[in-house]
Amino acid sequence: MSLMLEPSPEKIRSQRVYAEMGLSDEEFAMVENILGRTPNYTETGLFSVMWSEHCSYKNSKPILKKFPVTGDKVLQGPGEGAGIVDIGDGQAVVFKIESHNHPSAIEPYQGAATGVGGIIRDVFSMGARPIAILNSLRFGELDNARVKYLFKEVVAGIAGYGNCIGIPTVGGEIQFDPSYEGNPLVNAMCVGLINHEDIQKGQARGVGNTVMYVGAKTGRDGIHGATFASEELTESSDENRPAVQVGDPFMEKLLLEACLELIHNDALVGIQDMGAAGLASSSAEMASKAGSGIEMNLDLVPQRETGMTAYEMMLSESQERMLIVVKKGREQEITNLFAKYDLEAVAVGVVTEEKLLKLTHKGSVVANVPVDALAEEAPVYHKPSSEPQLYRDFQAMKIEVPNVVNFKETLVSLLSQPTIASKEWVYNQYDYMVRTSTVVAPGSDAAVVRIRETNKALAMTTDCNSRYLYLDPEVGGKIAVAEAARNIVCSGAEPLAVTDNLNFGNPEKPEIFWQIEKAADGISEACRTLSTPVIGGNVSLYNETNGEAIYPTPVIGMVGLVHDLSHITTQEFKNSGDLIYVIGETKEEFGGSELQKMLEGKIFGQSPSIDLEIEQQRQKQLLNAIQSGYVASAHDVAEGGLVVALAEALFGTESLGARVIVENEAVTELFSETQSRFVVSVSPENREAFEGIVQDAYCIGEVKDNGLLTISHQQDGLILDAKVQELESAWRGAIPCLLN
Amino acid sequence: MKFAVIVFPGSNGDIDMFHAIKDELGEEVEYVPHTADSLAGFDGILLPGGFSYGDYLRTGAIARFSNVMGEVMKAANEGVPVLGVCNGFQILLEAGLLPGAMRRNRELAFICRPTQLVVENNKTVFTSSYEIGETITIPIAHGEGNYYCDEETMKLLKQNNQIVFTYEGENPNGSLEGIAGITNESGNVLGMMPHPERAVDQLLGSADGLKLFQSIVRNWRENHVVNA
Repeated sequence: MSLMLEPSPEKIRSQRVYAEMGLSDEEFAMVENILGRTPNYTETGLFSVMWSEHCSYKNSKPILKKFPVTGDKVLQGPGEGAGIVDIGDGQAVVFKIESHNHPSAIEPYQGAATGVGGIIRDVFSMGARPIAILNSLRFGELDNARVKYLFKEVVAGIAGYGNCIGIPTVGGEIQFDPSYEGNPLVNAMCVGLINHEDIQKGQARGVGNTVMYVGAKTGRDGIHGATFASEELTESSDENRPAVQVGDPFMEKLLLEACLELIHNDALVGIQDMGAAGLASSSAEMASKAGSGIEMNLDLVPQRETGMTAYEMMLSESQERMLIVVKKGREQEITNLFAKYDLEAVAVGVVTEEKLLKLTHKGSVVANVPVDALAEEAPVYHKPSSEPQLYRDFQAMKIEVPNVVNFKETLVSLLSQPTIASKEWVYNQYDYMVRTSTVVAPGSDAAVVRIRETNKALAMTTDCNSRYLYLDPEVGGKIAVAEAARNIVCSGAEPLAVTDNLNFGNPEKPEIFWQIEKAADGISEACRTLSTPVIGGNVSLYNETNGEAIYPTPVIGMVGLVHDLSHITTQEFKNSGDLIYVIGETKEEFGGSELQKMLEGKIFGQSPSIDLEIEQQRQKQLLNAIQSGYVASAHDVAEGGLVVALAEALFGTESLGARVIVENEAVTELFSETQSRFVVSVSPENREAFEGIVQDAYCIGEVKDNGLLTISHQQDGLILDAKVQELESAWRGAIPCLLN
Repeated sequence: MKFAVIVFPGSNGDIDMFHAIKDELGEEVEYVPHTADSLAGFDGILLPGGFSYGDYLRTGAIARFSNVMGEVMKAANEGVPVLGVCNGFQILLEAGLLPGAMRRNRELAFICRPTQLVVENNKTVFTSSYEIGETITIPIAHGEGNYYCDEETMKLLKQNNQIVFTYEGENPNGSLEGIAGITNESGNVLGMMPHPERAVDQLLGSADGLKLFQSIVRNWRENHVVNA
């Protein structure tokens, strides 16, 4: 029985088959114009995935141009598998973040697992050894069975993949908000280490060289995954389940070790992951970047199923595969290298001079299209943008200081909010210690991973408070970058660079496009001021369910360099008798705050403001004080304000306490989310030296050994007196309690 | 003293084991692939953690048929110290070098965190540098560490003093009698779920695992001098 009844070119045109694949009428006309004829079914498929937003960034290109992408230490900016930053001693750090939102909404375990697998491949395809994984997750409120299921399965999927492949999952962040209920966000980031001389490029150079396929066989899974990722989720999205791939971390572990041996073999010319749009994108992009073409015989592609068509093979997103180009005549050597790892490496094509992607299958030519047309010439859209009425309403509101009667009860409730509560339930499922280099484990501001055979370490974090972006995308964008940098600085590291994951709704709506533009403006300005260029990232649009968009969520992944292991600092108070400082003044800022959300059930008003010059200055001063050895602990003031930061600095200590005195209006002092603030502790003998370096530091109290958090107001006397143990058990118990 | 770290496809604790021996213990160590035909010249054999063969079929079930396992069995029978950690322990169970079996953790989820262990027997080549009853901090990281054996086997384990480590306080995975590590009858093969190789440097939180490796070396040296 033959199932190969693909529609003819005439039928593709007359019945608008291309539209089902995601191409618009105008785009199809462009394709016809480029080819000088009507494309066949396989060719239409190639254009539709390569011109999807996921692969071409056709809607976001004008936005991405805003970002600063260069810097003294940047060795590789956006455009390759991952960005690379020099860290001295001939070494560099390689990192990138990527989303797997839509697959995770449909099939959370495999969606999350393959998201992790994909980002790891991006890093080792550059020639780097992956040393850490982070993530950034968003879910609806943990009050219904579907969200709990998504949350549990996403966490299990991340754990299942990362633990098995043996790369520690060292950090991340999670927020819960109703806007993510039908469209959770799963962003995964991977960090790798490389020696400068090992840096690879995904290029198909040298006419006559051999194109080889390595890794797992190709199946029918994930066909058109990239197109699926570029549409809104609807009630019928479940039908797209076959577009979700299935991960095999064991296979990827073998592939990882084989590829890291391969990069030391001088037969290798270029290497690229087969990620989104699989064989189609890897072949077209490798050829396009090198200014060459590729001719492939699809009969030679290792296949897991029988009767696969050219269309299916080219568009499959089967996992754990790589495309490599090797010097002509060295194929056997490469096949032998992979055989050692029980992997296949098969010659499937050659590099050609003519810049065409030419595919043959069963003796006939099934596609013959210009590589640049696929990889570079997707249309770019400047979508209309308009300032939403909602934003103007938020800006016009006057926000009162919330009425708090009982400070202790309010604190306990805040600590039990899932966004603030301990994420132990999550990260205890991740092997965060494998490779025995994790110096600061999940739970502190940033994770710290040492670099063996040096006295240095890398600090890493992911951040984005999307509530602020919902109220004001530009200011919120600035805050996301600033907070990531604050976390890096608190750990004792110098911020190096950023990878961002722009998660937004449907860009065809002018109000959504406005959010994207404004957020990018904010991020760009912050990255410039804080000297942290954007070295790569990912865009995930169409995050909507039945017409409702998520909060704008541009997740910032940041990496910093700890110049000396002795600089490593954590958020917990260390010794009784140390002085507690808050750096930065507090203003009445409750818009988008955890307190507002908790008391009002929604957020509104203006987001907290930020002055990037002040931010930069404070970070510089604090880092200087840390590096000079004057700071015992450092923690940034974030969700929940000062009082939550104080409580968090006490959790995990051996029965330490804190006595603090505040002067101004107490609700503002304790709960406002004013930016650019830190809570640090300093040993009394370092008092003068510390104050000499950090200008805006106010001593507000002292670390005690009594296991109590007591806060007094200068006029009103004692306003909060709580056992740390009681606070800590509320904070630790909240998420397990919500899940039971 | 020269150690072998056996590398199966899917091992991922091999690097940690290697560095613990080389950097912290300061002894000789080599990676030995699962295809190796001989373990001649090695004085101690280490089966690291990880997911050999992706844990497909059953943890350790495929790895135990690896070429090198015949040599591991031979060495174990000759009295060479053999340590299996986490997946290494699971392989030793499958190979029949240790009695009992592993089930999934009680809560059916992977657990990674530091645990407190009690040294139940310090008269083994692996634990002689510890005090009896001493509490040590060693991390766990596993999805299947819920040790099980029948009553008869448990009786024998107790009779022969084969239970070497138990979890102190809350039992993290539901293992029988809180068992974290056991030896074979002659005491030269130890399987344990917690990772001593991850606890050899205070910078990472604990150095309590170092004494385990030091015990092996000390006993080997004593033996070596006596036999020399």
